[in-house]
Order: sequence, then structure tokens, then C-alpha cells
Amino acid sequence: MTKIGLEIHCQLTKLESKLFCPCKADYREFEPNTNICPVCMGIPGSLPLLNKKAVEKATLIAMALDCKTPNKIAFFRKNYFYPDLPKNFQITQLNAYGNTSIGWEGKISVEDKEIKIRRIQLEEDPGRLIYEGATEKTKLTLVDYNRAGTPLVEIVTEPDFETPHQVREFLNILSDLLENLNVSDPGLEGAMRADANVSIEGGSKVEIKNIGSFHDLEKAVHFEITRQQSLAERKIEIIQETRHWDDGRKITVSARTKEEEAEYRYHLEADIPWVRINDNTKNQLRAQMPESISSKKERYVSKYGITSQVAGILSSDRYFSELFEKANNETNAKDIANMITTDIMGLLDTREKREMSKLEGDHISDLVEYIKSNKITRASAKLALDEVIKNGKQLSEIIEDLDLGHVSDEATLSDIITEVLDEEVKAVEDAKQNPDIVNFLVGKVMQKTHGKADPELTLTLLKKNLGL
Amino acid sequence: MDLGISALNYVSSIKNGEFTVEEFTSKSLERISQVDEKLHAFLRVNDLAIKNAREIDTKIKSNQNVGKCYGMPISVKDNMCIEGSKTTCASKVLENFIAPYTSTVISKLNSEDAIIIGKTNMDEFAMGLSTEYSAYGPSRNPWNIDYVPGGSSGGSGVSVSANECIASLGSDTGGSIRNPASFCSVVGLKPTYGLVSRYGLVSYANSIEQIGPMTKTVEDSAFLLNIISGIDSNDNTTVDNKNQDYLNNIDAGISGKKIGIVTEMTNSEGLSTDVLNATNDAVKTFEKLGANCEQVSLQMIPYTVAAYYTITSTEAGSNLARYDNIRYGYEFDSSGFEFNSYISQARSKLGPEVIRRMILGGFVPSAGHAGKYFLKALKVKSKLIAEINHVFEKFDFLISPTVPIQPFKFGEKIQDPVSFMMIDFNTVTANLTGIPAISVPYKITNGLPIGIQIMANRLEEHSLLQTAYALEKTVDLPEVPV
Repeated sequence: MTKIGLEIHCQLTKLESKLFCPCKADYREFEPNTNICPVCMGIPGSLPLLNKKAVEKATLIAMALDCKTPNKIAFFRKNYFYPDLPKNFQITQLNAYGNTSIGWEGKISVEDKEIKIRRIQLEEDPGRLIYEGATEKTKLTLVDYNRAGTPLVEIVTEPDFETPHQVREFLNILSDLLENLNVSDPGLEGAMRADANVSIEGGSKVEIKNIGSFHDLEKAVHFEITRQQSLAERKIEIIQETRHWDDGRKITVSARTKEEEAEYRYHLEADIPWVRINDNTKNQLRAQMPESISSKKERYVSKYGITSQVAGILSSDRYFSELFEKANNETNAKDIANMITTDIMGLLDTREKREMSKLEGDHISDLVEYIKSNKITRASAKLALDEVIKNGKQLSEIIEDLDLGHVSDEATLSDIITEVLDEEVKAVEDAKQNPDIVNFLVGKVMQKTHGKADPELTLTLLKKNLGL
Repeated sequence: MDLGISALNYVSSIKNGEFTVEEFTSKSLERISQVDEKLHAFLRVNDLAIKNAREIDTKIKSNQNVGKCYGMPISVKDNMCIEGSKTTCASKVLENFIAPYTSTVISKLNSEDAIIIGKTNMDEFAMGLSTEYSAYGPSRNPWNIDYVPGGSSGGSGVSVSANECIASLGSDTGGSIRNPASFCSVVGLKPTYGLVSRYGLVSYANSIEQIGPMTKTVEDSAFLLNIISGIDSNDNTTVDNKNQDYLNNIDAGISGKKIGIVTEMTNSEGLSTDVLNATNDAVKTFEKLGANCEQVSLQMIPYTVAAYYTITSTEAGSNLARYDNIRYGYEFDSSGFEFNSYISQARSKLGPEVIRRMILGGFVPSAGHAGKYFLKALKVKSKLIAEINHVFEKFDFLISPTVPIQPFKFGEKIQDPVSFMMIDFNTVTANLTGIPAISVPYKITNGLPIGIQIMANRLEEHSLLQTAYALEKTVDLPEVPV
């Protein structure tokens, strides 16, 4: 039987500052080595100062994954030499001397299968190595410490996955969950990374590291299973080792065997006193916890009668479900949900666009109401949406500014129809034989009114004019 | 002008207009230039000292608010950072390290208008007890320059003892304040773990070390503790000093107090007869002052030195790992080195004692050996804490000789590392348990000092200083011969 376990590293990007210093948790906008200070650079004499908010956010994750949580947590030093590690040790957590990490023994359902969570720990991200121009000639490795100290939550699962597909599903669910908890923005480059352990029946465990994206993770796991199976078929022993994912060739390559396993000399980080998390704090955190995606979905279906598919899409996205909740959804909830999932999600498909957008929930409920009461056509509604996103004005104002209101005045419409009938002599003749041609004439009227003609009234008037 | 005056007398003299800050500072600098070639207490003297002194004089003259220190010259061990100036830890590895920030204790001294007169010599990275492990040559004992001044804060001890400054700040990981205080005949206080911020103190064994004052009198230690103690937002391990005034009622006396004489520290193998005699004498003095003295045995004491070196080596191995010469350090041609050999090369500048402890620190906590060494040491530590807690239910203070022996000659002890380590026998207990301990000068025998150590329960610095003060008032020691 194939067994797959995961180690996921998730940055708490929603925090203001790093885990142990006031530098920004989101380092992405900075020039190399400018988001740094004596603490995250490990300058002699500097001391780590624990970001308590990080402990809270990490605890939220532990609770959402049904983990046991401790009454007090401790930090440990993991000692090893690497140029991206300013102190040459990483401040992390360890459960070897009693459970003192953020959480342990949790679970989550993936496609009706229960995946057990072994451990969740809070730790600091190292810096980044950049192999710039690392050709055979220069072999230059640059270090950017902007990322060093970014709060990172490591989630370790039991080897409960059996297929790469389950892995992929789990990662989707997990990244939605983290976004919903408002702890991380999984869409940010490097915010979520994962290592995998893969073993097949009769073989040793192989660890795959260095996987850049979740998409590649599925591929890497798939590759590794195939590799191991082909070894087994040829009766070659599968040895315990660490392999790296080669992004270019899309294969795993051997990095080190167990004999060379690093020695971490774990010991307590005395500079950070144990942090108590009492029941009161836990209850407060639980009270703050946003509604889970599954219960939100259920509520959308049962309360608003939204289809399960639309409710699923809407509830798993924090931003759009918030828009839905903020809209006046006492009436027309279904149409509001549909408008969000069919139109708005496409218009606001990137983080940048969402951040720039001035669209509010009320705009959407107003717009749906306008369409329903025939004050605006669906085509005009789309133009109005574009405009609202840009400037956030009241819908009535936009309709007036852009002249998007229906032409439902009979006299005006009759004039336009007369014009069209004069121009389209051939079509008028044909229409008398083929009633479908009438729709062509409706289209022409729409063209002249820039899509604003009341479609029903236009049809009635046209038919009357043509004597149909 | 008496350069040997206490901090409190200095302040009143300045207030009375007996001399100006500039006058005292230049006299101190003169003294340093006269004696320090011989004593080598200082690694660097502050070029701006006279300028600072003039500024404080101006403040005094124009009746502005002046900080409590009134410009008194204070030296600081060279493992505490001052923005824009060198902090070397007496190591070649940090030969060119210029700190980008100032440690909390020094900021506090600055805001009370102290003048940091210079940075003092020490054993490299505070590992040692004689300053013989300084990469820049040892300091010498002002009582007899053929003898070591103790360590690791040896330069600090010498600078105060030889009247090169009024007071000093040292750091104490296993006795590094108290040992040189005892050897140089000054007062040295290791406060409760957490009472004084370590922000800006270059870590050696961060779970047990503390900064503390080294002064001419017990009152001066109380005076400095008032300034440097308390919660610091830059050090998560600091504890509240509850705005205590440690000088308040310092002369309250010790009548009726219960004092335990630590048996293991007064009958140990390495204890010298002269030191034992001085200690027995101190016990009689305490009784005369109205205290009740009684022997008390602590079962864990024989294991403390081994536990201490196991724990400190583990932490040193981790704390000193950052000196890989990648982000700061010294110049060397890196071409031809791959990562691991580059680090080896960078670390080859570390001195022999540091290397010894780094090797130990790589071994004792390693996966295959932690159970036999590191975890056992932690067990000793927690049992010792339990024992100490129990003892302080019955006793107010514990006493012992600060060091089992008197100062020794250069090169005399350094050859045998294990017996060298045993010199820490009486001091490491306070570090392993986090309790405060003070060394009070008690005797000069054969021309060399002997200090008495008093230990108290956690955060009992106030009563500890009262007891030390009472003892100090009974002794009358000769002037330092330098």
C-alpha cells in the first residue's frame, strides 16, 4: 500500500511583523536585505522578542484542524549551518520532551477520508538563497535575509494519503481553510511550501524536498510513486533517503541518504520564556474563529436555497463570501450569489484587483434588484459593475452618468424602430416569412440604443409594426 | 582628589562642588594611562570621555536635570554592545565588529549621565576565570601583578580595584563577576536571572547568565542595581524590580537572620586553608552581628560543575555558531573555499578554550549522547533548584567562600582544564538556580584578597545587599598597592 505524508510550511502572512522582531512579515516588496534588523540578522547581543499574535494565529490553525492544544508552549533551537540561517540555528518547536508545540493529534476530512495531523509547530523562516548567474563560471550564491524570521507554521500529517489526487485535494482544502481563518494568503509566492514522504509496500520512506508549488507537489508525489514501483518491479531495494524535486526536469533526484542525516542538537531556547495559553485565551480565540467553510456552505444552501455547487465555490473563498454576507441578501440571495460567482469572480481574479476594487456588498444587491425590476439590462449591468469596481459610486449615480437606464419610453422607442425598419428593408421582408428574423431586428434596436432598450417592449412594438 | 572614592561619595563631592566632572574624568584617564600598560584592564578607552564630562559639567552649572551618576566614570566589560563602537568579546573573531545598537544596561547608564570610560578585558567570549584566555593578553592583579585577577570579568575587577574608574559592569555565567571581585577585592553582584536586561550582552550561555555591578562598596552595587534592573521590552526574560530602592535601609542589620554555611563548599577537596580560615572567621562575624549560622548540606553540589560545563558548552555551541564570517567579522580571501571549509576557516580564529567548549557543545547534546550528558545535566539543574527552594524555606541566606582558592600565578593552573574548571565550584550554583549571589571582600592574606559569597533566594537582592553591607562594615582592608 502506498503511504504519503506531508510537511506543509505556511507563512502567517496576515501578521504585521516577523516572529521575533518588528520587521515586516511580508517581505516581498523590499529590496534585498532591507527588511532586516539586529534580531533577524542574529547580530551579537540581540534577543528574540516573541510576536504573541503569531502564537494566537497559529493556535487558530491548530483549533481549526481539531488538534490538541497545550497550556503552555516552548521554543527550541534546531542547530545547523546554512548560509540562509543568520544565527546558524532555527528557533522552532519540538515535542520530544513533552507536547509543547502549538498543537498535535488533529484531523481533517478529505474526500470522506480522515487525514490525521501529527503536529503543528511555530517557527521562523530562514532567508532566501538566490543562485544569480550561477553558471559554471561564476557560481555565485546571494543571500537575501528579508524573509529571515517570517512566522511560519509547520503542519505535519500522518502518512494517511494513498494517492497524489488526495494530496492535491487536501492542499486545496487546507489553503482555503487558512485563507478563511485570515492567517495566511496562500496565493502569495512562497507563502505555502510542502515536503512529502512517500513509501510503497515493502519499501523504505523517501522524503521529497524543495517542491516549489502545490501543483508540482502532486506531480512530484506521482513521479516518486512511479519511480519506486519500477524499482520494486525490478527487485531493486528502495533505500531511505532525501530526494530533491528538480523543477526543470520534473523528476526527483537523490540528495542525501540516512547516514548523512543532520545532527540538530535540539535544546530549549532560553531567551523566550514559556508562553501560557490558558483556557480563557483558548475560549476567546475559539469565539473569534470564523465560521468554517463547510458550515458556511451548509448555511448558504439551507438558508438561501443556493445550489450546492455555487455555495461551495462561494464559501471556500474568504473575500467573495464576505462580499456576499455584506450584500443585502434578505431577498434575491440566489441571484446575488450567482452574480458573484459568474461575473464578479472573473472581474476580480487577482489579489491586486481585489485590493483596488471599490465594490461593496450593497452595490451587488442593488444591481440584482435593478435587473429584476427591469431598470437595467444584463448587458448594462456588466458595464455598471466595471464602473463600480473602479470608483465605488452609488449605482443610481452610475446609471445616470453612463446613461445605462432602460429606454422604455414608447415614443422614443417607436422612433428608433421606424429608423431600423427603414434601413433593414430586406430583413423586414424576410421577417414576415421567418419569425426568427425578428430577433435580428431587436438586436439592431439594441445596437442603436447601446443595449439599453427594454427588450420586451421592443419586441412587442416590432411585432406590432410588422403586423405579426 | 581621591580616585578611590565610592560612587556615593563621588556624587556628593560633585554636588558639593569639590571637583568638576571633567577634573575627575581627566584624573581617571591619567590614572589609566599610568597603570594600565601594566594591568591591562582596558581593551579600549572612550575617546569622547572628556567631551561627555564637559557636557555634564555644563548641565550641572546651568542647573539642568542631571542623571544620578553625575558623570562618574564606569567601565564596561567588552561583551556589551555600544552603538558605533567595537565590541570584541576579547576575541579575534569579533576584532572588527561594530555594534549597530546599544545594550539596555548602557542606555540606562547613559541616561543617568554616567561616563562609559572604556571597555574592559575578559576571557574570550567570557569563557575562563583568569583572563588568560583573552585573545589580547591577560589582565594583571593590582594586588600583585604576577597573579591573575580572576575572570572572566577580570578587566572590570582590575579597573575598579586599581581605581581606574568608580565602578564597572561585568557579566556572570558561572562566577565571572564574583570570581574576579573576590580576586581583586571588590564587591561583585550576580543578580537574579532576569532582573537585569541581557539585551546587548553577547550571549555565551543565555539560560543562566546575568549582567551585574562590580563596585568598591556594597552600597555602590545597590546604587547601580537601582539603575540597571527592571523589565526591558527588548528582553522577554526580564522580571519586574517592583521599583525597589536597594539602598533603602541598607544598614538594617541582620539580627535574627538564619544563615546556612554550605557544607560542600567548605569542605571541598580544592579548598585552601587560608580561604577556609577566612570563611570560618566570617561565620563568627555574622554570629556577632546577631545572625544564626548553621551548616547545611546540598546533595547536588558535587555534580554542579559537570552540569554547568555540559549546559554552558551546549548553549555556547549554539550561541557562537553565528560567527561564520558571512554577515560580519573579519576579512579573509574566500576564494577556493566551499561553504563548510569556509566556516572552518572562519572559526579557526577562535581561541583554545572557546574551541574546547564548542567541541564539547557539539558532543554533549548530540542525538547519541544527549541522554548520557546534556539531559542528565538538566536533571541535576532541576534537582538543584528543588533543593535550593527547600533550603530557602529554612534559611535566609547561604554563605561560602566565593572561590576555593586565592589568586594564582599566570600559567599555574591553566594546564589542567578539569581542575581549572573546579575553581568555579562555589559560584555555579547561583547561575544554575537563577538566585542572586554577591562576593564581599573580606581579607587580604599573603598580600592577596579573599572574598566571601552570600547567596539569597530569587529576587531577594534587597536583603542580600543588607547582609553584605553588614559584613562589609566589619572589615578594614588595606589600600591597593598599585
